[in-house]
Amino acid sequence: MGGYILKRLVSAVPVLLGITVIVFAIMSLIPGDPATAILGSYATPENVEKLNRDLGLDKPLVQQYFIWIGNMLQGDFGRSFALNRPVLDEVLDRFSATLVLAGAAFILCAVLGIIAGVISAARQYGWADRAITVAVILGISIPSFFLGMMMILFFAVRLKWLPVSGMYAIYGGGDLPDLLRHLAMPAIALSLVATGVVARLSRAAMLEVLRQDFIRTARAKGVGEGRVIWGHALRAAMVSIIPVLGIQAGFVLSGAVYIEIVFQWPGVGRMLVDAILKRDLLLVQGGVVFVAACYVFFNIVVDVAQSLLDPRIRT
Amino acid sequence: MSLSNVTRRGFGALSAALLATSALVLPAVAQTPPEALVIGQIAEPKSLDPHAVTAVNDFRILMNIYDGLVRYKPGTLEVEPSLASGWEISEDGTVYTFTLREGVQFHDGTPFNAEAVVFNFERMLNEDHPHHDTGPFPLSFFFSAVEEVEALDAQTVRFTLNAPYAPFLSNLAYPTGLIVSPAAVETHGADVGRNPSGTGPFKFAEWRSNEAVVVTRNPDYWDGTAASEALIFRPITDANTRVAEMLAGGIDMMVEVPPTALSQFRTDDFKVAEQAGPHVWFLILNAKEGPFADKRVRQAANYAINKSALVNDVLEGTAEIAAGPTPPAFAWAYNEELEPYPYDPDKARELIAEAGAEGAELTFYVTEGGSGMLEPISMGTAIQADLAAVGFDVEIETYEWNTFLGRVNPGLEGKADMAEMAWMTNDPDTLPFLALRTDAWPDKGGFNSGYYSNPKVDELLEAARASTDQAERAKLYQEMQTIVQEDAPWVFVANWKQNAVTAANVQNFQLEPSFFLLLKDVGKE
Repeated sequence: MGGYILKRLVSAVPVLLGITVIVFAIMSLIPGDPATAILGSYATPENVEKLNRDLGLDKPLVQQYFIWIGNMLQGDFGRSFALNRPVLDEVLDRFSATLVLAGAAFILCAVLGIIAGVISAARQYGWADRAITVAVILGISIPSFFLGMMMILFFAVRLKWLPVSGMYAIYGGGDLPDLLRHLAMPAIALSLVATGVVARLSRAAMLEVLRQDFIRTARAKGVGEGRVIWGHALRAAMVSIIPVLGIQAGFVLSGAVYIEIVFQWPGVGRMLVDAILKRDLLLVQGGVVFVAACYVFFNIVVDVAQSLLDPRIRT
Repeated sequence: MSLSNVTRRGFGALSAALLATSALVLPAVAQTPPEALVIGQIAEPKSLDPHAVTAVNDFRILMNIYDGLVRYKPGTLEVEPSLASGWEISEDGTVYTFTLREGVQFHDGTPFNAEAVVFNFERMLNEDHPHHDTGPFPLSFFFSAVEEVEALDAQTVRFTLNAPYAPFLSNLAYPTGLIVSPAAVETHGADVGRNPSGTGPFKFAEWRSNEAVVVTRNPDYWDGTAASEALIFRPITDANTRVAEMLAGGIDMMVEVPPTALSQFRTDDFKVAEQAGPHVWFLILNAKEGPFADKRVRQAANYAINKSALVNDVLEGTAEIAAGPTPPAFAWAYNEELEPYPYDPDKARELIAEAGAEGAELTFYVTEGGSGMLEPISMGTAIQADLAAVGFDVEIETYEWNTFLGRVNPGLEGKADMAEMAWMTNDPDTLPFLALRTDAWPDKGGFNSGYYSNPKVDELLEAARASTDQAERAKLYQEMQTIVQEDAPWVFVANWKQNAVTAANVQNFQLEPSFFLLLKDVGKE
């Protein structure tokens, strides 16, 4: 087992190196430079050149890349041009906010999705199955940012039950109930599509398992139907459900971008969008590398979890 | 245990969870506190160091924390004393001597004096200054004419310029001229932007990244204390979310309301403020090559475009029709006699026929967004349709803002016939000087991307810059506007009206033509 984990970790190194090259190349290739973005109307060639020099952007690209990588290996991600603060501070602040949001959405989609999928499969073609299927298709079809805006209009503007945006109240607040109040709408909006996908695939996985011999054997032995479904069948189906959850975890992380913009959630997705528009090179590069590293790590965790459930995968 | 029991238990757990969630929402959402004003900003500020920033969004906070030597008179773009109680300008317009207000202290308790002023300008302009590395200072060229800053005594400071430069006072009133506490720079270095200390009506209290910047009343302010105990600036980048926060009562005030949302606020619960600013939205025409090299075709474009439709329908009344290159907000320098080109497609067709440019194919650069660009895509499409109606075949190329600037600023030659552009400035000198002179062609480092050239205009602009007499400058600018309007190097389209919405209980709020947000006297009932 230890060997398998080590093998997976080592294989992540070239992936991460590749990511640094790609993100650096993309940021260098897109037109427009930070100095022009900062100076706006006043971006005369002369002013741009001076500011680029002050920002250290006049060096050759290859040299800039190695300076960046070298600094990053020592834990220095550089300083954001647009926010005038260390990139790592900003990324960590923002990423923890994203984790709270994506984490809540992930738990919602995993728990609700699996429950809905199992019920659907256990009652195939019954009313519960039909109701869940309709709900799931609706859920998958509504774009999350649109749902987010509609939720704001209804629950925040009309009913005034929940705050419109942000992570904490600006005055007072700052405690857990305050966070949950701010989290409710964005987490639900973000989880909806993923919940639908998990429910659909859990249903399929369960139906597959329920047709197998050991289920019939269990039933023949007189095991209660509840234990057959939630014990025997679900455990076997989890082998195919967990990779789906892994993909959905990536999906809620990337989907968080739209939700963060709509709900003004101070997360890393919104940070990256702002940073790209401002050509804040180091912040984009540092942010992408950080998020990519987390994603790679998460995939390893999923693979390891799966191999624990099904040892055949390890070979 | 039967399946139905299990699933019922599942549903039971679900409904329990739902109940728990609804318990969370039961306490009504708190409204804004009575003693503080909460302002919805369009973005997170970059820094609260006035010399390090360029965005109006940041200026809106800074103007409440700092003072400059001079400031704009309320409701105008004319300067009046602030930290300087008075000044003298030498005959030749190159030496400015300021007398400073006595007894003023920075928020950190250190005294404001001539040494502090010298420190501020040296830090920005002198590369050898020990704190020059706390930059970069992107707008320091506002003061590139300054050759020397000296403290003559504790309350007198003298600026020597390398040539007469009329916009100098007006630039001092700009945020780049605000005075920072030297002690704060010495203590915090490059992080002074997160630990600001000025002399203004509000003191910096805290900055929670991506949540809020909080400033509190300065009880010792030299010009009377502020009406509100605190100001809370919240960055809300998405315009729809900002509108929703305003409707829900989560903020007391918002700026840059999208035109389409403005009507929702015309009720008894809100107040809408509007103020035309020193902004002009125009089309740069390529006067060097192609059909627009002919003045008649440039004029035809001005006649062909239905500006009142753009202003009233596309921009929903959030702008006024522009008559010439200088916005009317510069009241003292504006030529009142200028009438906008009327909408007259027949006249346009006539001029085009005279010039033999019927059916010309035009490439039109349109941007997706950008500072002061209003609704660039819808405007671009409407303009395309107007030009098609007089026989032009216009092809639009759309670019993201920074890419757009990268294509337009180096000049349109060989690429396009026309491009959208907008400017907001603090002095009537800036835009024409940087974008209409022959010496401002892109290859000479200016913004004259359409290669307009008229020696008379060059001469007027040079003379206006060298003069220190406002009445004389006004005359020169007015003459320049008449010539430029006739030459039509641009299609003059719109002057943006800045807007803001406040809750009905917010008192004494007024927008400034400078687009700054001055909140000292603003409070809640």
